[in-house]
Amino acid sequence: MTELTLVQAVNRGLAEAMRQDADVLLLGEDIGTNGGVFRATEGLQKEFGAERVIDTPLSECGIVGTAIGMALYGLKPVAEIQFLDFIYPAFDQIVSELSKFRYRSGGQYPCHVVVRAPYGGGIRGGLYHSQSTEAFFCHTAGLKVVIPSTPADAKGLLLTAIHDEDPVMFLEPKRIYRSVTGEVPDGDYRIPFGKARIAREGTDLTLVAYGAMMVPTLAAAERLAEDGLSAEVIDLRTLVPLDEAALLASVEKTGRLVIVHEAARTAGFGAEIAALVAEKALYSLKAPILRVTGYDTPFPYALEHLYLPSEERILDAARQVGRTG
Amino acid sequence: MTEPGAPVPLPYRRGEVEERLGSDWAEILRTAFHWMLRARALDARMQALQRQGRIGFYGASTGQEAVNVAAGLVGRPEDWIASGLREQLVALVRGHDLTTYVHHLFADALDPALGRNMPCHPTAREVHYLAMSSVIGTQISHAVGLARAAQYRHDPSVTLAFFGDGATSSNDFHAGLNFAGVWKAPVVFCCTNNQWAISIPVERQTAAPSLAIKASAYGLPGRQVDGTDFVAAYAELRRAIEQARRGEGPSLLEFILYRMTPHSTSDDPTRYQPPDWTSRARAHDPVDRLRSWLSAEGLTSPAEEADWTADADAQVRGAVERAEATPLPPPDSLFRDTVSRGGG
Repeated sequence: MTELTLVQAVNRGLAEAMRQDADVLLLGEDIGTNGGVFRATEGLQKEFGAERVIDTPLSECGIVGTAIGMALYGLKPVAEIQFLDFIYPAFDQIVSELSKFRYRSGGQYPCHVVVRAPYGGGIRGGLYHSQSTEAFFCHTAGLKVVIPSTPADAKGLLLTAIHDEDPVMFLEPKRIYRSVTGEVPDGDYRIPFGKARIAREGTDLTLVAYGAMMVPTLAAAERLAEDGLSAEVIDLRTLVPLDEAALLASVEKTGRLVIVHEAARTAGFGAEIAALVAEKALYSLKAPILRVTGYDTPFPYALEHLYLPSEERILDAARQVGRTG
Repeated sequence: MTEPGAPVPLPYRRGEVEERLGSDWAEILRTAFHWMLRARALDARMQALQRQGRIGFYGASTGQEAVNVAAGLVGRPEDWIASGLREQLVALVRGHDLTTYVHHLFADALDPALGRNMPCHPTAREVHYLAMSSVIGTQISHAVGLARAAQYRHDPSVTLAFFGDGATSSNDFHAGLNFAGVWKAPVVFCCTNNQWAISIPVERQTAAPSLAIKASAYGLPGRQVDGTDFVAAYAELRRAIEQARRGEGPSLLEFILYRMTPHSTSDDPTRYQPPDWTSRARAHDPVDRLRSWLSAEGLTSPAEEADWTADADAQVRGAVERAEATPLPPPDSLFRDTVSRGGG
């Protein structure tokens, strides 16, 4: 075990995979000599060489497109998109090619690319360094979507992603890259996809979140406990595949559900969770399902603290459902 | 002076062909001609079946056979093909089974991809042929990644990336050629300029004086090739492939072609092509051009051609019969080969 930040854990996960398997290589902008703008790939080019940690020209469609070609050949490329906000030139490659290659080739061409991208707000990044658009990828069949919230999960989920046979969108909560630290096991370990983490057990209501939103959500749960409300907090860890069983079991126990994400509300992933619970656990509910989300506006700069779900907004929603029924 | 309707002659004496193709030039040309006849039989039959509603779609390679057959014959088994819409013939020449291909066209249970794609989107890993999407240009970056992977593994394979004139306007043309130039990736970019991107003629696709010239912006050699001249297509492809294999980097070949059919079975070119286009295109029919030259050299005969065509047509008809007797893919195949856990 070693105490690491989340971004250090990502770095250790990449290094571990590369030491084990010569087919793993990295490509992206500024990831080599510079070690990545967030330093996620710090030291890796030095250890593994410029043939395996490739500084690419500035083109996201080129990064993902060539990563796909490497995967078709049989390598295990991990592509870094510098910010999720800049992924759109590669969107065609992700939606039209990456997600469909294995399917459209009848399994002849597995396409196991991991696309890593820091996402989310709270770093004074304005419209184009802050967005949380995971729902686009969840809506695209053929992709797995992973969002860690702890250093140990970041490494263990990343190792699972790199060895998965399907393409994985690995979205890293950059707001907590350094602010969250934790004990991380040394060496190789894999955290399975589709298994949510019960971050806090409770009986009165369920709070569901993922990524950077785990921080205010857990803080809110702490405050609720002071009020005598016992909140269960679920960290989804992987949106696709989704741990339906954990979600439904919790809602059946508590009867109340608040979903927290920083992405805009309309057609956000919270809508999917709410629909699922309405379909499968409606009769367990004692109160309406509430969502605490970003607003349906572009992401702001000066007022990002108002845009992002805060502990206070989560508390308001939790108290609202906590009083009902 | 060529008489109207007669093919533009291939501009070679016998010795010049030998110089370009090597000592087995006659065998190469006869094999190529045989493949072209097979391709014509297949295209003719499939376009007819599409009109009868027996297959859903067809994108003919008529007019492009010289390039396709050359690409199929010239490479090594370990080389890779990232195709566009009209290069299925490359897979067949490299050894992809005709009956399997026809199962694909019928999207039936014996299609290796289980009927998931529109016709003319086959997958054939056994001959290193990628499964294409219908998106224009995306395969160009895949080809570069494949080539880079081969480089990384010290595998001497070369990747051929095929795309049309319209694709030279795409993001991935730019990204792919740019990355390949920087990486010195062993790729041959094969632009099949049939002068039409559906309805847009190439002079309205770009203001550049040629498509080949675009290579220079990426630091690559670019060259125009008469794509209806089999000898030129074969020789230029071989040169570019061997250059890439020697580690001398990628290049762009612009094959000048004439689209001889509608864009696809869903297209009506009378809306946009000038009335004399078809007759101009016909003068550049690659099969007619090769036939003329071979006949003049006494290397083929009408009787042999009739035999070859009849044989090819019989093979296609046999494959069609088998495909039409094959059921649809099973319903549960909807959920295989992907992440999906259901829904619906």
